[in-house]
Amino acid sequence: MTAPAGVSVDPPLALLAELTHRCPLRCPYCSNPLDLQRTSAELDTATWRRVFAEAAALGVLQVHFSGGEPLARRDLVELVGHAATAGLYVNLITSGIRLDADRLKRLVEAGLEHVQLSVQDSEPGPGDRIAGLAGAQQAKRQAAAVVRAAGLPLTINAVVHRQNLERLEAIIELAVQLGADRLEVAHVQYYGWALANRAALLPSREQLDRATATVEAARARLAGHLVIDYVVPDYYAHRPKACMGGWGRRFLNVTPSGKVLPCHAAETLPGLRFPTVAEASLSEIWYHSPVFAHFRGTAWMAEPCRSCQRREIDWGGCRCQAFALTGDAARTDPACSLSPDHALLVGARAEAAAATPDFVYRQHSAAPRVADPAI
Amino acid sequence: MTGERPSIESSAVLSFAPHVRFRFDETRKAWIVLAPERLLLPDEQAVEILRLIDGERDVDAIINELAGRFDATREVIAGDVLPMLQDLVDKKVLRR
Repeated sequence: MTAPAGVSVDPPLALLAELTHRCPLRCPYCSNPLDLQRTSAELDTATWRRVFAEAAALGVLQVHFSGGEPLARRDLVELVGHAATAGLYVNLITSGIRLDADRLKRLVEAGLEHVQLSVQDSEPGPGDRIAGLAGAQQAKRQAAAVVRAAGLPLTINAVVHRQNLERLEAIIELAVQLGADRLEVAHVQYYGWALANRAALLPSREQLDRATATVEAARARLAGHLVIDYVVPDYYAHRPKACMGGWGRRFLNVTPSGKVLPCHAAETLPGLRFPTVAEASLSEIWYHSPVFAHFRGTAWMAEPCRSCQRREIDWGGCRCQAFALTGDAARTDPACSLSPDHALLVGARAEAAAATPDFVYRQHSAAPRVADPAI
Repeated sequence: MTGERPSIESSAVLSFAPHVRFRFDETRKAWIVLAPERLLLPDEQAVEILRLIDGERDVDAIINELAGRFDATREVIAGDVLPMLQDLVDKKVLRR
């Protein structure tokens, strides 16, 4: 075992399978890395099949098929079949573009259990603008209808920010109209593309407070009909989120080319070498790789985390955010008001309040510089 | 659109919603509930209740069964069972 003494390691609960970075949308808050991988680098069907079998044997219960756009994989039906046969509960996270009834029928027959469909706004104009694709909003309405007709549970995922929060009420109403069982209202998390677009996306405190009140009222009104999950923004937090439930504690992420990460953004951290599915089994990587042990538990922590009574509640917050904002992945997440770097978030809020720059849209090989964290 | 909130009374007959799986996990040696992007880990008491959800028994029959099994009054059992079932109906894990 490479884990420090006293760190007990439970099996992971879920696998995020990033099948591809290809996507018809160009959302400026995309969670993919700035350096997007090409089709030629993607794992083949047989390798994914082995990965699903290894995941199930390791104790993984759910797989989230993600991307990019998973529908861009021609072998998606086969992949769903392999994951379901291995015993995994299969979720599809999709933009819905080009999801037709015939393909969905074959996905359901292969064992798909649930679809999470993204919407960018309540209206076609701003929705298509944020997605960077004309006709996106209309295509999403059709995709939702196809999912409902197939009898699958439907989750609508709405990423919210300063340019769509004024229509949050209408976004909730859209989710009801589309027949969703569940709605995720997720404030943008500022990594990668979103960090590059932070000044164009970060809401004001007033917008945030109104959004929170809107969600609470809708939860009460729609109880029993629509479950609403709400992800609050770190930039107005008092305490950090328990990112991924703690490093190497619950989740595995496999990238399109087969790197195994504790979270989808972990490749941004310098000095860490992530193993690939070609080098070792998921079990070896989970229990024995140095990189999964690196920030696992609490031994790596410095103050103020080390002596904090919340250290096993939030696990020091997010390593990627600590690095992106301070240049040191082992520091306390600046989202925590106890962090000596908390003022960085105050500076970012002031920057966003001053002006709304144009979006830098997600695209291959034109990665923008990440905003300089020193303010 | 939406009507009344579905509430749980004694005559309600509940079943697991489609695409919700209640099963035993060999890795953890524990009963689990798998739902869309959700995992529930019921404790022993909750497992006893969930194992009686079969789409045939009504809530009243479940309470009677548990009251007999655990030698407790119906009121005590109902005080545990009803809030749990209502919560799972609200989460769309169970449905009428």
